[in-house]
Order: sequence, then C-alpha cells, then structure tokens
Amino acid sequence: MSQFAFVNDLKNVVRMDEPITSGPAPRWMKKSMDSSGSANTSRNKVSTSSSFNANTKIPKETSDLIATKKTPSKTPSKSKSPASKSASNTPAKPKTPGGDRFIPSRMSTNFDISHFKMNRENEDLEISPSQSDYRKAMSENLHGCDINNVRVLSYQNKAPAPPEGYQNALKVVYTQSKTPMNIRGATRYIPHAPDRILDAPEIVDDYYLNLIDWSFSNTLAVALGTSVYLWNADTGAIDQLFDLEGADYVTSVSWVPNGNLLAVGTALGPVQLWDVAQTKRLRIMNSHSSRVGAMSWNTHILTTGSRTGQLVHNDVRQREHVVGTIYSHTQEVCGLKWAPDGRYLASGGNDNLLNIYSGLPGQATYQSEPLYSFSQHQAAVKALDWCPWQTNVLASGGGTADRTIRFWNCNNGQCINSVNANSQVCAILWSKTYRELVSAHGFANNQLTIWKYPALTKVAELTGHTNRILNLAMSPDGSTVLSAGADETLRMWKCFLPDPNKKKDQQKRSSRPTLLGPGLR
Amino acid sequence: MATKQQSQNAITLKGSAKLVMDYLNFGINSILFQRGIYPPESFKTEEHFGLSILVSTDEKIQQFLQPVLNQMKDWLLDQKIQKMAMVIYNVTTKEVLERWDFKLQYEGSPNDTNSELVGNKDLSTIQKEIRDVLRQICSTVSFLPLLDCPCAFDLQIYTKPEVDVPQEWAETAPSYIANSQELQLRSFSTSLHRMNTVVSYKTDM
Repeated sequence: MSQFAFVNDLKNVVRMDEPITSGPAPRWMKKSMDSSGSANTSRNKVSTSSSFNANTKIPKETSDLIATKKTPSKTPSKSKSPASKSASNTPAKPKTPGGDRFIPSRMSTNFDISHFKMNRENEDLEISPSQSDYRKAMSENLHGCDINNVRVLSYQNKAPAPPEGYQNALKVVYTQSKTPMNIRGATRYIPHAPDRILDAPEIVDDYYLNLIDWSFSNTLAVALGTSVYLWNADTGAIDQLFDLEGADYVTSVSWVPNGNLLAVGTALGPVQLWDVAQTKRLRIMNSHSSRVGAMSWNTHILTTGSRTGQLVHNDVRQREHVVGTIYSHTQEVCGLKWAPDGRYLASGGNDNLLNIYSGLPGQATYQSEPLYSFSQHQAAVKALDWCPWQTNVLASGGGTADRTIRFWNCNNGQCINSVNANSQVCAILWSKTYRELVSAHGFANNQLTIWKYPALTKVAELTGHTNRILNLAMSPDGSTVLSAGADETLRMWKCFLPDPNKKKDQQKRSSRPTLLGPGLR
Repeated sequence: MATKQQSQNAITLKGSAKLVMDYLNFGINSILFQRGIYPPESFKTEEHFGLSILVSTDEKIQQFLQPVLNQMKDWLLDQKIQKMAMVIYNVTTKEVLERWDFKLQYEGSPNDTNSELVGNKDLSTIQKEIRDVLRQICSTVSFLPLLDCPCAFDLQIYTKPEVDVPQEWAETAPSYIANSQELQLRSFSTSLHRMNTVVSYKTDM
C-alpha cells in the first residue's frame, strides 16, 4: 500500500494539466469562498489531496493546519507536494499564532548575544596601547605624520594632463636609434675599427674617476683597481708601477705635461707623486680627506679635486704643498682641466656646475672665487677640454640627464654654442691635427663621435665598446685616441692621422724640448 | 647702531614664507621639467638663486600652481601646514609613481605667531642652501626610474585639523606608493622655517 502512495504522490507532482489540488487555493477561489463565509472548502480541498498520505507519520490534522496557515502569496510551485511538506518536520511552527503578522519569537532570538554585540561596537576603538603605538608608527612611516591629526587638502582645479601623444623626453636616453650623421661626412679616411684593443681587467666603472692618461714620452698610465700599470706605446711593454693595499684604490692618474712625473689620486685621499723613469715614489701629499677623482697640472702646480667638492692647488716643489684651496663645488669634482697656457682652470662637478677660475702659470696665489660659474648643464660635468688653437674656448659635456656639449668663451663668459649629443658625454678631446673634437659617450651606442668645429657636424661615429666609455686619452703625436670602456677594454682609434703632406710639420712639433721635466728633478 | 645692524640681517616671517614658496615653486617646476612630465619646449629658463631654472610657460599649469602656492603662503604664515606632497601619477591608471614630500618645520618660538617674529640668518646663506637643494633635485634624474607613460601631478597639502578650507579645496586621501624607495635630499632653513625634501619612488617598474 505504501509503495502505491509514493507513486501516486509522484504522479501528483509531475502532472501539470490537472487543476492544482495541493497548495493553497487560488485567490479568485478564495475570494468566492470568503464571500460564502467559509474557509472550510479550501481546507477540504487540501484534505482531499492529503488523503493520499494517510500512512505518513504526521496526523492529518497537522498537515491541514499547515495548508491553511499558508499565505496566498506563496506560489504553488514553491510549496511542492504535501508529502514533502509533511516530511520536513516543522513542529515549532504551528505553535506560533497570528496568521501573517510578524511577531518575533523571543525564544529564538538571543538577546544576550545581541546586547553584547551592540555594546562591543562602541568599544571597538579601544585597542591596546602597544597596538595604537604600532598604528601610529605605521602612519608616520607612510604619511610622515600622524594621519589622525592632519587634513590632506588639495586644490580641486587639477593641473592638466600632458598633451596627447606626448612622450617623455628622457626616453631619448633609453632609445637605441642612431642620430643621423652629416651626409657629406669627412673628406679624409677615418678607420671605423679600433687599431688595437687592450684588456683592462678590473677597471673601476665609475663615471667620476679619471683613470687613464697618456704621457709626453708616449707611456700610457692606466689605473686598474688598486694598481697603476704603464704601457709603453713604442715597445708595447707593460709594467706595474705599484699596488695599493687594503680598501684603497686608484681614482685618478695625471702626467705632468712635459715630463716623467705621474700624479696618482687615491680613494682615501692622499695624492702620490711618482718618478716613472726611476720607478720611485717622490712624495705623498695629504691635501684631501676623501677620494681624489680629478687632477690637472699647471707647470709645477698640481690641482686636485675631491669627492667633497674641494679643490686644492699643490705646489709639488714645496714642503708645505698646499698653496690654495677652493670651496666652490658642493659635490664631487669629476672634471678638472687647466688651459694649456695656464690662464684658466675649468672644474666640473656633480652639482651640475662648471666653474672657470683665472690663473697664471707658476703664480703662487690663487683666487678662491670662480671667475664664471655656469649652471646651464643639467647633469654632472665631467668632460672638459680646452681648444688648442683658441685658448679661451672650452668644450664641456654633461652627464646622462643633460647629454649636451657646450662651448664657452672664457674671455667674456658666454656660451658660444651647444649641441645635443643624445647620450651621456663621458669625455671630450680636441684634435691637435684637425679642427675637430672627439667626444665619448655612454648608453645607448657607447660610441666616440667626431665633430667638426665650429660647424658642429658629425664627421664619424666610432662604435665598438660594449659598455659606456669612461675616459679618453690622446697620444702625444695627436694621431691616436685611446678610449677606456667599462667593458674592461682599452681601444685605440687612429682617427686623427695627419695628412701626408703635413707630416713634417707634425714631427717638428713632437720634438719640442721639454720645459719642465729636467727642472723638476 | 646695533639695532640697525640687526634689522639688516633679519628675515621676517613674511620674507621667510616667500623664500619657502619660491623654493617650492621652482622645485615643482624643476621636477616637472627634469622628470619629463610635460614637454620640454613648454619651459623657459629663468635665473633664480643664481641658477638657471626651467619654469613652465603652460598657462594651465600656472593657473593651477599660483592659487595653490598663494593659499599655501597664507597657511604657512598661520603655521597651519605640516607638509606638501607633490604626487606624480599615471594619467590612465591613476597609479602613483612618485611622491615628493616637502616637509615643513617651524623654528623660532612656536607660540609667537605675530609678524614681529624675525630670524637672524644671512639671506645669501639661505639662498645658497636653497640652491644646493634645487641642484640636488636636478641630479636625482640620474637614478629615478623613467616615467614611461603619460603622467600628471597633483599637490596635496597636509594641514592641521583646525584650518579653514576655502571653496575649491577639498580633502583627499593621502597617497603613498607600495614598495617605495625613499631618498632624503638636503634640507634648508630660513631660521624660521626648515624645509626637508624627500622623494619616494617605485623601486621596480
């Protein structure tokens, strides 16, 4: 019997075309019933349907009650079959009186917990002192002040966005494109490959140092880490001059213009003076307390610039060698060059300043204030060189953020010209043979660029270095340029080979007698 | 005689505020140029503090900057400002890429807010200090990451809670950069105000 009941039930649910027997009566039916004054018919209808589940545990009475209690709003489909209804045991429900009114049941509501939770919300701000200290510290870290005592205000008419399609100009620094070269180019032949490549292991990759110099007697001094090596360009012989100890390393080398004396700046400050012919250290000058990155000679005066921005004139002949001190840079001095005639000294620093001082060769007193202070460069000024044929003209190049080469007339303090090099300018050298100059660059092409002066057209670009170029040096005959790269190579470029018909004149110049060498020792 | 000497070296509160505002103005313009936020052709060179500084000629930028700086000056005189943050954000995603904090400290007697307050620092020394900071701002470009997207900037002023907020001003949320690196630049002091400049930037792009 019971199995039939189940089957019937199932049928009852599945059938769609029959009048709905389970669930509450439709509204129209109910209304007509109400008008007749009796709800019993509806109950009867339900009871007829529930007569099928006579075997279920719940008595008929209860199931009827459930049916009548249902609000008419409930859709029949939701209320399933009475069988399933009765299966879900809800004995508590019938006990609540009151039809469709909502009366909260006090039994089911937990007043204690609600009360506790409501009160706790107010106490939420009370955190332990250590926690509040931590929050304070965090906010001070993030905002620089206690954010609860501060209002952050901003003007509502905001600044405009950059124009459509605008790209950051600094991106040029990071682009790989080559700048177009002058089409006419040079009339002479310039070899585009290096003449010779030397290894320079452990060369310090630091923009602010000056690590190579080529002497009058054709010896190249190279500072590699803690030691100084000498490379004889005539014979190709390599000698190690000395090796520093401890954390010290060589930061700059500079030959006396016409002699065999080498000045060596070190990271700890002392400047050593070496007689290379005898491989003998002549003296140590303690004029700086920080590393000496730039040095320049003016006959017997050695001017040194240090990391503190201080410039010191040292008379190497005297026991009290410091003859002048200049405090015009606030940051590291990385470029320092006396004019060949000793009338001007140019210094460039990491504070983006280029200072020009006036001087006279061999003069004992020096001005401590610069003659001119140029602030047009937007980055550190390292590349400096004086024009050999116009003694008052200085070429200077700025670092990564600046990328321009500027030309200065130091007689009147004017910027004569400037050219955008599109890359960090690491060094500049004027040619002695041609009216040209060569500049060394860093990222992206790590090239040497030869410029015509004063037209400032590109003559050639010499590529080969795989990392930025640190320094340039020129051979005493002016034909060869040596570049030291951060890729630990030294490359020689024979880019200023003299014309054959001018060669005799060139040889005469190189055999000029030494002015200072014997005089110094 | 002695008082005359005193008055020559003295710097008034107003003068100090003007110096601070000049520094902020040139600092902001310098940052806008150096970081390549606006096209370089819209800037022109001006000589200030013995430096050539690139100042924006864009009218809209000036229309934004001038009212802000004027309002800040008033607040500065009332000692209401704690710091100013220049926020550089990506125009499209609104992500903050860089923040320059200009933190102010008030020196001298804190309660004495009348205009009689004078400092005793030499003007040329102050200008030299300001010059050094401005130069340092220029040289930061060498290590700050490239802003490789269209960026705009906003100025947020951190004031004391009791400040009067004029029309056209509203409170905003403080912005900070996740995973940021901070660099403290030099500070300068007018003997009435001390300015600390800090730049924070995203380390990995």
